[in-house]
Amino acid sequence: MIVCCKQVLDPEAPPATFKVDPATNKVVPPQGVPPVISPFDEQAVEAALRVKDAKGGKITVIGLGTGLLRDVVKKPISMGADDLILLEDPAFADGDGWSTAYALAMAIKKIGKFDLIFCGRQAADWDSGQVGSAIAEILGLPAVTVARKVEVLDGKARVERVAADGFDVIEVGLPALITVSNELGAARYPTIKGIMGAKRKEPIVWKPADIGVDPAQVGVAGRRTKLAKLFQPVREAKCELVTADTPEEAAVKLALKLREVKAL
Amino acid sequence: MPKGVLVFAEVTEGKISSIAAELLGCGRGLAAEMGGDLSAVLVGSNVASLAPSAIAAGADRVFVVDDPLLVDYATDSYVSVLEKVVKQASPGVVLLGQTSIGRDLAPRLAFRLGTAATMDCVALAIDPATKRLMPTKPVYGGNARAIFTYETDPQVATVRAKVMSPMAPDASRKGEVVNVAAGLDPAAIRTKVVQKVKEELKGIKLEEAAVVISGGRGMGGPEGFKDLDELAKVLHGAVGASRPACDSAWIPDTQQVGLTGKVVTPDLYIAVAISGSSQHMAGCSGAKVIVAVNKDPEANIFKEARYGIVGDWKKVLPAFTAKVKELLAQ
Repeated sequence: MIVCCKQVLDPEAPPATFKVDPATNKVVPPQGVPPVISPFDEQAVEAALRVKDAKGGKITVIGLGTGLLRDVVKKPISMGADDLILLEDPAFADGDGWSTAYALAMAIKKIGKFDLIFCGRQAADWDSGQVGSAIAEILGLPAVTVARKVEVLDGKARVERVAADGFDVIEVGLPALITVSNELGAARYPTIKGIMGAKRKEPIVWKPADIGVDPAQVGVAGRRTKLAKLFQPVREAKCELVTADTPEEAAVKLALKLREVKAL
Repeated sequence: MPKGVLVFAEVTEGKISSIAAELLGCGRGLAAEMGGDLSAVLVGSNVASLAPSAIAAGADRVFVVDDPLLVDYATDSYVSVLEKVVKQASPGVVLLGQTSIGRDLAPRLAFRLGTAATMDCVALAIDPATKRLMPTKPVYGGNARAIFTYETDPQVATVRAKVMSPMAPDASRKGEVVNVAAGLDPAAIRTKVVQKVKEELKGIKLEEAAVVISGGRGMGGPEGFKDLDELAKVLHGAVGASRPACDSAWIPDTQQVGLTGKVVTPDLYIAVAISGSSQHMAGCSGAKVIVAVNKDPEANIFKEARYGIVGDWKKVLPAFTAKVKELLAQ
């Protein structure tokens, strides 16, 4: 099994710390808030670990980008994944869904044999949700996106896909690609043994030449969409706080206020 | 340069979905600015009869792909028939809804066509100079917005529900209907839907409710949602939740409001014990009036809400519900 994991700015960082540099169209990383593995990707690792728990197998995690902090990107290993490959080179950075997926797909081709590829449903930074579909398209694989449960039985994956009013149970032959949603449940915590193992584990680093790609096809150079502008929407901060001696009295005042403005 | 706009008119419960009407409404304007026309594509089994409603909603032309094999959504079959229609229509822009289907279909279709998609857009503009699409989408969980341009054609985008306005349906509009054979090989459909499970709570649907009362992490457990139900009953509203409450299984995942859940646009949104993360606000910022109850005066929700009470919901809510009941009885 293969799991794609992205290092992102911590999405749980307080919104007040979020800043965009208009000159570069980039987010200024907040001071003192370390990056994390994108939460949906952690849940993709969890989905792979559950299959491993039930059926055995080996999990290889692939990360991509620049400035990948080893303590961050090794987390899947400390959770129980087996190997870590990093596509770490400036050429891989700042791609869109397509150029990022192209690099990942070529790395997966180099890895060779696999039954399942797991990705998070979308990354916590660009919220695009395309990399999984693009990898599947490049590798000619069937994909099931936005999964809440994944089981492997008799050479097939049985996947519960989140739908607007519940979920669909989908069967797909292997190999296949699956993207994982938060409904899967929380990712497990690393174990002490896992953390010790991750310390000793050195990631394999691949450059564009190692996976046989031209740097012009990946990262920012390979984009099919260009970022024209990144900005923070202006908020109208005008909350009217209803106060009273007791919370119960405040509640009554709020109800009256809402009635007065015809919101009730 | 291709100029037309093609809208994937998703069908739900035997009707053109509301998002399809919104896309057609927005697509008309885009097509006019690009100097092209507006087409819709209907895909499914027994969907041909819906073509007139797509025309009434603004389409100049409707491509119909009607085949029993298309009864359930499958990525392989839908991508295959849409690829065919796009090649026949050669539009400059292809629009889909940011729905369960659109999320899956749009990127795969775009990559099959050698182009790219922009997902979950909240604004679509045509650059007057280049006549090309410039989509705006929220990024970083709603903390920022990004505007993109495309290097390739067609320019594929999915649009968030309820941000575009549909046209008033006009049954007198005339349009062309083009039937396209699906030409599917059943063996090429590699995923199979073996079961569909409905999990939605009974009562008013979240997306249709005029009042939504949502609970968050601060509810502390599933019990508190009974109090929200009580208020919802009084207001004929629906109960929603933020992601942490769903992740804790206090309420079914189908009730999640936010970036990865549902987008609601009620007249009144009451956020109880919700911190107001950007990812949650992405699902409710279109509400006319947002009311917040939270213990933490620093909670982000107070930056987003119109009215608020800083206090413990356990004390505020029963008194509020009682007073609302009294007021509505008058």
